[in-house]
Amino acid sequence: MDQFEPKIVAFVCNWCTYAGADLTGTSRLKYAHNVRIIRFPCTGRIDFLLLQQAFAKGADGIIVSGCHPNDCHYTSGNFHARRRWMVFRQMLENMGVEAERIVFSWVSAAEGAKWADLVNETVESIKKLGPYHKYQDMAKSLEEWEVTHE
Amino acid sequence: MKLIKKEDLPGLYGYLASAGKKIFAPVRKNGMVSFSFTSAFEEIEMSYIQTKLSAKAAAFPKIEKLMKYTIQKEGQSYEPYDVEKFPGIVVWGAHPCDAAAFHPLNAVFTWETHDKYFTRRMENLLIIGLSCTSHDEFCFCTSVGVHPGDTKGSDIQLTPLPGGDYLAEIITTKGEAVAAAVPALFSPAPGLNKEELVTSVEKRFDHEALHAKINGMFDHPVWKEQALRCIGCGACTYVCPICSCFDIQDEGGIFGGLRYRCWDSCGFGHFTIHTSGHNPRESQDTRWRQRLMHKFSYQPQRQEVFGCVGCGRCSRNCPVDMNISEHLTQIMAV
Amino acid sequence: MNKLKEKAKELLSSGAVQVVVGYEEGTGGKIRPAFVSRPEDADKLLYNADCHHNLALYLYKHETKRIGKMAVVAPPFVLRSILILTTEFQLEEDSLVVLGVTPEEELIEFANFKEIETWVNQHPIGMKEKDREMLNRLNAMSRDERWQFWQNEFSKCIKCFACRGTCPMCSCFRCTVDYNAPQWISVGSHQLGNFDWHLMRAMHLAGRCSVCGQCGEACPMDIPVHLLSFQINEDIFKMFGSRAGLTLKKESLLSTWKSNDVENFIR
Ligand code: SF4
Ligand code: SF4
Ligand code: SF4
Ligand code: SF4
Ligand code: FES
Repeated sequence: MDQFEPKIVAFVCNWCTYAGADLTGTSRLKYAHNVRIIRFPCTGRIDFLLLQQAFAKGADGIIVSGCHPNDCHYTSGNFHARRRWMVFRQMLENMGVEAERIVFSWVSAAEGAKWADLVNETVESIKKLGPYHKYQDMAKSLEEWEVTHE
Repeated sequence: MKLIKKEDLPGLYGYLASAGKKIFAPVRKNGMVSFSFTSAFEEIEMSYIQTKLSAKAAAFPKIEKLMKYTIQKEGQSYEPYDVEKFPGIVVWGAHPCDAAAFHPLNAVFTWETHDKYFTRRMENLLIIGLSCTSHDEFCFCTSVGVHPGDTKGSDIQLTPLPGGDYLAEIITTKGEAVAAAVPALFSPAPGLNKEELVTSVEKRFDHEALHAKINGMFDHPVWKEQALRCIGCGACTYVCPICSCFDIQDEGGIFGGLRYRCWDSCGFGHFTIHTSGHNPRESQDTRWRQRLMHKFSYQPQRQEVFGCVGCGRCSRNCPVDMNISEHLTQIMAV
Repeated sequence: MNKLKEKAKELLSSGAVQVVVGYEEGTGGKIRPAFVSRPEDADKLLYNADCHHNLALYLYKHETKRIGKMAVVAPPFVLRSILILTTEFQLEEDSLVVLGVTPEEELIEFANFKEIETWVNQHPIGMKEKDREMLNRLNAMSRDERWQFWQNEFSKCIKCFACRGTCPMCSCFRCTVDYNAPQWISVGSHQLGNFDWHLMRAMHLAGRCSVCGQCGEACPMDIPVHLLSFQINEDIFKMFGSRAGLTLKKESLLSTWKSNDVENFIR
C-alpha cells in the first residue's frame, strides 16, 4: 500500500456543523477528501449504533459534530449527546475499542475554517493510527464463517 | 463386537483425519465440555457426562450460509453455496442420546422438502457413539425411549471398559467401511455383558403414556402454572440436540449480501408475532406449551419421532431451572 | 426465614395479595424463582445468599400481573431494581407489597417506596470478591488485551438472549436486536453480531444497572457479561457521582444532563 487513505464518516447536525461545512465549501477552503458527511437533524439524534455501523462497514475514523453548547436548535440535543458520548467512549475503552478513532467537535455554521481543520487533523491522526483492521476483520465474520469454526 | 485398545484410539482418529474428515468432538475448555472441531486426538475429552452444546451443529450449525446475492442495475443474481464442498464431519464420542437425536432432527429437515444443506451434511456425517458409564440427575433418556448403551444413530459405538479400552460395535455400512480401512486397530472382543458396563438411568415416566396424555392437554391450566418463571430466552432450544427452529436472514449492503439461516427459538416472545402486531402465542405459557407439545404430541403424531432424547441439557442450562423431566413428571401426575 | 413464610401466609390468607414472588429450592442444588398463591405453599419460600435471580423482572410481566396483586421477596438488588423501574414508569407503588430481605437474612417491611429509597441509600451493595478481582484484572490489561478478552468471551455467545431475558431493566416490549427495519444488530451469532449485541446491550444498561449480576449468572455459556455493566457503573460513579437505583427522582442518567458535564474530549 503506497499511501493509506483513511475512510472517515462524519455524523453532523443539520443546523450548525453541516452549515459550517457548507461554508467551508463556499469559502473555497480546501480540505482532505476522506470524509463522507452524513447529516442529522441534531447530535441528539446520533445514536451510538450508527457509530457501530460505521466501523462495521469499514470506517477507519469517525467525526461527530454539532452545535456548540447552548446553540442547539432543539435547545438540549447536544447536551444529551455529550453525556452519551462520555459514557460511550468509556464503554468502548472497556471493551478494547480504539475510542480515539472517534473525534467529537462543536462546529458552528460560522466556523468553516474550523471544519476544514477538524477534518484535516482527523485524517492526519487516523493516518498515524493506520487502518482499523481489527474491527474490519471482525466485520468479515459472517463472510468468513465456516461450520468448522464451531 | 470388537475391542479397540485405548492406545489405538489416536490411530482411529489419525485415519479419519487423514481421510480428510473434520472431527467434531467433546473438548474441555473454559471450564466446560463442548463439541468443537479438533486438530489432535489429545484435545478430546472421553469422559464427560454431557456437553454444553449438543452435536447438532455438525448438521444444523448455528449459522448456515445459503447463498450470496448481488443487486445491480442490470438485475439481481444469486449464487447458492455449494453443498458439494461441505467437508465430511465425524461426530466423535457422542453419547447415545445425542447420536439418537439426529433421527428426529432429520425427520424435520426431510419432512416434505429435503433440505439440501442439512441432507448433504447428514450424508457426510459419521457418528462414533460413546455409551454412558455415568449420568447426573438431569439425564432421563430411559423415560423417552433411549438407553445409555443404545447404538441407534451411531455408525460405530464405543463402550468404555474399566481398564481404559473400549468395546467397539460396528453398526452401519459407514462404520464397516472405517473398520475395514484400519483392521489392525480392532481385535475380537472379550466375552462381556455390555449391559453391566453402562450406567443405569432411572425411568421417571413412560413416553408413550405421556404422548397419549399430553395430546389432550392443550387447554390444561398446568402450562400457566409451570411457565410463570420462564424468562422466554433461547437457552433451552439452542442447547437441545433436536430443536430445529431457524430464522432466515439477509445481511449485506445495497449492492448485495449474504443469506443465511440461524437458530431461532419458540421461547422468544416475538417468534410468532404477525406483521399486524397480533401474536397468537401472546404469553409465555403458550410458548412453553408449544415446546412440550411439539416434542411430545405433534412430532410423534406427524413424524413418528419424539422431539426429546432425554439429554437434560435444557434443564442443566435453563437460567430459572425449568427442569423438563420434573415438569413432564408433573404432567403425568395432574 | 420463618418470618418471611409467616408474612407470606398472612398476605395470602388475608387476600392482601394474590401471589408472592420469591425463591424456592430447585433441582440439582439450584435455587429458582417461585410463585406462591396458596398460603399452604408459603413454606417452600426461602432466602439465602445464593438467591441471585432478580425477581423485579416478574413485577411488570403481564403473565404475573394477571394473577392479581403481588408481593415480592426483595434482596437489596431487587430493591434497587424496583426504584429504577419505578422511575422508568414500569412499576406503580400501589400494585406491590415489598418484602425486603437483608444480607443478614432479616425481613424488613416497607410502608412505601420512599422507605426503600432511604434504606438502599443507607446500605450500599458491595461487589462480589470474584467480580472485583475480574474487574481489576481487566483494568490492568492493555486495551488490546481487553479487546482480545472480550472477543474470546463473545465467541462463545450463542445469542440465546438469556442475559436480556433475565434482566428486569431489559423491559422493552421489542428489543433493538429484534428490529429488522432497519436492522441494527445481526441476528446471526457471528463475531460481529455478538459484539454489536453486547455493546448495544451494555450501553442500554449504562446508568440503569442494579449490579445484581444476574445476566452473567443466566448465561449458559458462562460469559461474564455482567462485568460490562459493573465496570461502566463504576466509571459512571466516577464521572457523575451517581449510581442507579438509589433515587425515586425520575431522572435517568442518559436522559438528563448538566451544563457543566465534562467535555475535555470535545474539540
Ligand atoms: S425454559 Fe428456561 S431456557 Fe427455556 S425459554 Fe424458558 S427460561 Fe429460557
Ligand atoms: S428437550 Fe431437553 S432433554 Fe430433551 S433432547 Fe432437548 S435438551 Fe435434551
Ligand atoms: S438490550 Fe436494550 S433494547 Fe434490548 S431489551 Fe435491553 S434495554 Fe431494551
Ligand atoms: S446469555 Fe450468554 S450466550 Fe446467551 S445471548 Fe447472553 S451472553 Fe450470549
Ligand atoms: S441542532 Fe445542532 S446539536 Fe442539536
